[in-house]
Amino acid sequence: MKTLNYRIILFAFALIFGVVFSIPSIMQSESGKKITLGLDLQGGLHMLLGIKSEIAIESRTKSMAATVKYIFDDEEIIFDDLRMVDGKQITFELLDKDDVVKSKTLLKKEIEGTVLSENGLKFTLEMTADEIARTKADAISQAVDTIRNRLNEFGLAEPTVAKQGEDKILVEVPGIKTQEDEQRIRELIARAAHLQLMAVDEDRAARVMTMNENEAKSYGDVILPDVATSERYLLRQIPVLDGSMLTDAKVGFDQNNQPVINFSLNGQGAKIFGDFTAKSVGKRMAVVLDNKVYSAPNIRERIGGGHVQISGNFKLDEAHDLAIALRSGALLAPVYVMEKRSVGPSLGADSIKASSLALALGFLLVVIFMVVYYGAAGVIADVALIGNLFLILAIMSMFGATLTLPGMAGIVLTVGMAVDANVIITERIRELLHEGKSVAKSIEDGYDNAFTAILDANVTTLIAAVVLYVYGTGAIKGFALTMSIGILASMLTAIVGTHGIYQWLLPKMDKKKLGYWFGIKAEGAK
Amino acid sequence: MQIFKYKKPLSLMSKSKRFGLLSITVLIIALGLILTKGFNYGIDFAGGTLVQVQYEGKAPIKNIREAIAQDKNYESASVTYFGSDDEVVIRTKTSSKALGEDVGDKMRTLLQDTGKFEVRRVDMVGAKVGSELREKGLMSMLLAIIGILIYVSFRFEWRFAVASVMALVHDVTIAMGAVVLFNIEVNLDTLAALLTILGYSLNDTIIVFDRIREGIRTIKNPDLGDIIDESVTRTLSRTTLTSLTTFFVVFTLWMFGGEIIHGFGFTLLVGIIVGTYSSIFVASPILMWLGFSVSGFREKEAAKHKREKEKEKMRAMYENGTI
Repeated sequence: MKTLNYRIILFAFALIFGVVFSIPSIMQSESGKKITLGLDLQGGLHMLLGIKSEIAIESRTKSMAATVKYIFDDEEIIFDDLRMVDGKQITFELLDKDDVVKSKTLLKKEIEGTVLSENGLKFTLEMTADEIARTKADAISQAVDTIRNRLNEFGLAEPTVAKQGEDKILVEVPGIKTQEDEQRIRELIARAAHLQLMAVDEDRAARVMTMNENEAKSYGDVILPDVATSERYLLRQIPVLDGSMLTDAKVGFDQNNQPVINFSLNGQGAKIFGDFTAKSVGKRMAVVLDNKVYSAPNIRERIGGGHVQISGNFKLDEAHDLAIALRSGALLAPVYVMEKRSVGPSLGADSIKASSLALALGFLLVVIFMVVYYGAAGVIADVALIGNLFLILAIMSMFGATLTLPGMAGIVLTVGMAVDANVIITERIRELLHEGKSVAKSIEDGYDNAFTAILDANVTTLIAAVVLYVYGTGAIKGFALTMSIGILASMLTAIVGTHGIYQWLLPKMDKKKLGYWFGIKAEGAK
Repeated sequence: MQIFKYKKPLSLMSKSKRFGLLSITVLIIALGLILTKGFNYGIDFAGGTLVQVQYEGKAPIKNIREAIAQDKNYESASVTYFGSDDEVVIRTKTSSKALGEDVGDKMRTLLQDTGKFEVRRVDMVGAKVGSELREKGLMSMLLAIIGILIYVSFRFEWRFAVASVMALVHDVTIAMGAVVLFNIEVNLDTLAALLTILGYSLNDTIIVFDRIREGIRTIKNPDLGDIIDESVTRTLSRTTLTSLTTFFVVFTLWMFGGEIIHGFGFTLLVGIIVGTYSSIFVASPILMWLGFSVSGFREKEAAKHKREKEKEKMRAMYENGTI
């Protein structure tokens, strides 16, 4: 008796593969590759962020201005009227003609990617077009890294932060328990964390309450509000230094046991800070975070070592998040929300429950229907269907694919459509049996006749699924993915697998029992 | 069990005018609905914010509306029950760009005094993303259709491709009409459902066409109408059964799959019914109207066959000659 054939061996391997690789996902075991649940099923936050890259240009220009000032002061070049124009140019005037050549070489050496144009002793410094494009691109990739660092430090399980398209950032954070946590995370991401140490313009500080922004600008100053009170400060527009020279930030407590943030500066920062404090004894220096003044203490003496403290009536959580933001660095450009979807964990659980119920019920209906209508042939089709389900799960587990709610719908739909191949085949076999062909001939020809129809039908559905995958976003991709995998897997289980089972069972098939095997009366058997 | 037993071909083609008229009438109604009433775009395509809130016990919808109206920004917000009467969905046209100013957070504050509740879902789509998604959606439909046209032309003949695409446009349009008629919110998942209908409807049509292609080769009678009648009748059993199994699962999805995929399930349900109808009654007559000629197809096939034979002969001769 010929029992085994290559088709059934292939199917058996596929089945074993399917069961083995889908076990980690079904049992939700710790080890092994498994399917991750989409945010809509496990709850979480999905955001698409845009980035205001023009701000990155502006702050780059500002820090260039700070560098110019530092270089000139250091080299004792006398200058005047250093200011920023339109957020992308720096203008200044040299007072001594003899300094022109020296300053030009210095600026060229120290500040890359800029063009310097002169008009008498007045100079304009601006970035080249290439430099602007690079700064914008940097702003995006820096934002991606920074946000990722912040989320990692916050202690969240497996957040995804990725650049999407040219200028968008995709953020996905699973496992957020409450709305309050979500709010905290959103604020942590959004925090520019732009730290500046700025000198108070003591000469005009007394008039700050009556001064408007334009007037302040004309002095090269800027007016910034206090973080807590309604007080305003008149500060030199160009900062002494900024957060880029920061090396560490930690939460500490002051003498009143209030949370504060202690931060350290790198060597260059510490030197600039020391030099500045030495020169400015008796004046005030403001600690400015995201354009709000946190404190403006009097400088009593030169401060070396580069240790600075921010105090500002923080709550402990707030100080903790702020320290993370400072440590991970400032965002070169602020981000804003283009799309946001957040699902609470209870809704995710409900969705899993509902879609699993639908899957189980639909599956059961199809399985029973096939047996009732086709007899043993229906059982064979059902075996293939179960194999198909395991294969879908196994393939998704292997690739660590994400299962979303539409993905569940895709599996449900695949169950309906995967039996299609077997319906076509069995109908063909029945036709041939009615024509009086032998069982063996009917099966072989039935598969032959059915093949082109199944192939063409599946390929066209696959075309639609692939387009959906390429053009779809987020959860819809999941639908297209499970459907595509389902269609491909069904070619193996429903065509090759069932064919193998028929060949294996053929010796047992009795032409007088067509009702049992194929669900038809044995009238054709003459 | 066997419901459909093939005895003799049903005379479908002789009634094709009647089915054509029915289809055209339904199509016109569907198009009319789409053009006059228009789609009820959800936030995915229109932009805006959706907040889903679940209460412990019955949701006090009147208090909720009043509480929300306190804030001028949300005066035009709509509040509706969602699935059951302890759950509501609040929809506003506003979307906030700042990460700190979330509509969900605001709703939590506004609803503070309306009872014990949990904010279960906040979806916000900016206007720009909405229009981008709409463009992408249309694009994907077009691309899928073009891909299918090319494949079917390659495997069959151009008339088959055009007929199958016309049948699927028929199905998708009617399904869209039903979406408008029943005021289903059009979101990304509705689009996915429409694309699935596209694939499904085609699947059905292809199976019938495959049988017609086979019929042209094997049936002696050169009359296309008769060939179509016989082929459609022979596939009737499969068409109905597969539609039935698919209908089962989509029906359970619609009934038990939860409120979020309700619209998805409904759209599919309509699509499956229309798709089954069109593959039996609509697709094949179109093939006839397009002037498909059996003898022409046979001649072409024969010519192709002959060319292959001749090539073989030539090769054989050539090989013989060289040896």
